[in-house]
Amino acid sequence: MTAAPAGYGRVLDLVTRVRGVRGAMLVAGDDGLVVAEQLMEGIKGPAVAALAASLASRLRRAMEAAGLGAGQFWHLQAEQGALLVVPAPSGVVVVAVAESDVNVGLVRLELLRAAEAVG
Amino acid sequence: MADDVKALSAELAQDPDSLVFLRLGELLRHKGHLDAAHRVALTGLERHPHLADAHDLYARILADKHDFERAFDEWDMTLRIAPDHLGALKGLAFLYFKVGDVQQAAAHLEAAQRVAPDDTGIAQALALAHGGEGGAGPASPAPEPLAPSPAAQPLEEARVFAGLEGAEEGLLLLDPSGRVLGGALKDPAGRDVADAVAAYLAGVSQEAGRTAKLLGLGTWTGLAAEGQHGHVHLTPPTGSALLLVVRGRAVPMGRLAIIAQRAAVAARRWLEAQA
Repeated sequence: MTAAPAGYGRVLDLVTRVRGVRGAMLVAGDDGLVVAEQLMEGIKGPAVAALAASLASRLRRAMEAAGLGAGQFWHLQAEQGALLVVPAPSGVVVVAVAESDVNVGLVRLELLRAAEAVG
Repeated sequence: MADDVKALSAELAQDPDSLVFLRLGELLRHKGHLDAAHRVALTGLERHPHLADAHDLYARILADKHDFERAFDEWDMTLRIAPDHLGALKGLAFLYFKVGDVQQAAAHLEAAQRVAPDDTGIAQALALAHGGEGGAGPASPAPEPLAPSPAAQPLEEARVFAGLEGAEEGLLLLDPSGRVLGGALKDPAGRDVADAVAAYLAGVSQEAGRTAKLLGLGTWTGLAAEGQHGHVHLTPPTGSALLLVVRGRAVPMGRLAIIAQRAAVAARRWLEAQA
């Protein structure tokens, strides 16, 4: 895995220690830039971060328009894996890339803890 | 009849393990006391979780309460326990008929007819499902007295999600440009927010597809999100269209995914009919 800057490493560890998680990132929600990452080789962090931030932004606006309030967790499901995202209060989004058989409930809890730690 | 309810209730109180709850639940349902019937059926199910008739009773109560998704689950469970259960076969046929899946409705009615070849109601419903004359009107394939409702018609072209729970407020079908194809969406205050939400979701299908591809995850199959006041589930019923299901926070995310799968079947059928 690629290393995260000091300070964020422990936050990302919360997520990447879950079995089936292939990597985790902290992404600036407004511009989609990577703040920190712990990804397995072969995952294109910056591109994934940009798309994840864009998706999170669209979903946030759609959910607010639907009167559902702010999004707290979202989960992109695909045939061979998943992308899971939790926004932190600061606007940073915590992103996990996972295998298809990952324990989604556990990853969600760790993402929420990570988001709380990021602030 | 009140005396019957009292007598059956007393009998059940005396012997809580008794199967009299089936008669009591059915009687309460007949009287329209659906909440009381619901409680009786649930209590009975707790004591007799493997009793097919208990699941069938519970399904009929749920269907009367228009909770068709859970009714489907209960009748499905009934058939797992007792594959030839007549009530469940008729009930599932009724539900399939409601969402316009006439083929599945007919298949369940045919199975029901094999179990009860002399049941004229089944024959009439089958004739209707096959497009023939149903006699005096559409006989409900659901167990009597689940009356045929006006919505129990094959899927209308103009109503993508006709008959599905939440069709009037929490199911939306969109094209890739964010235009509403069908369904309806209201916010918790009852305001129509379909167009606004659709506009924000324009391009989400393509973006989700690109993200999944970039990560080597194959085709995306769904996008679920939790909000402060409710949950959403997005799914691509076809390559380019987008189906949105919205429910309150009381509906767990896993259940939302099941609801979305069922709505996607209706959406695909509707889209194919439009092609």
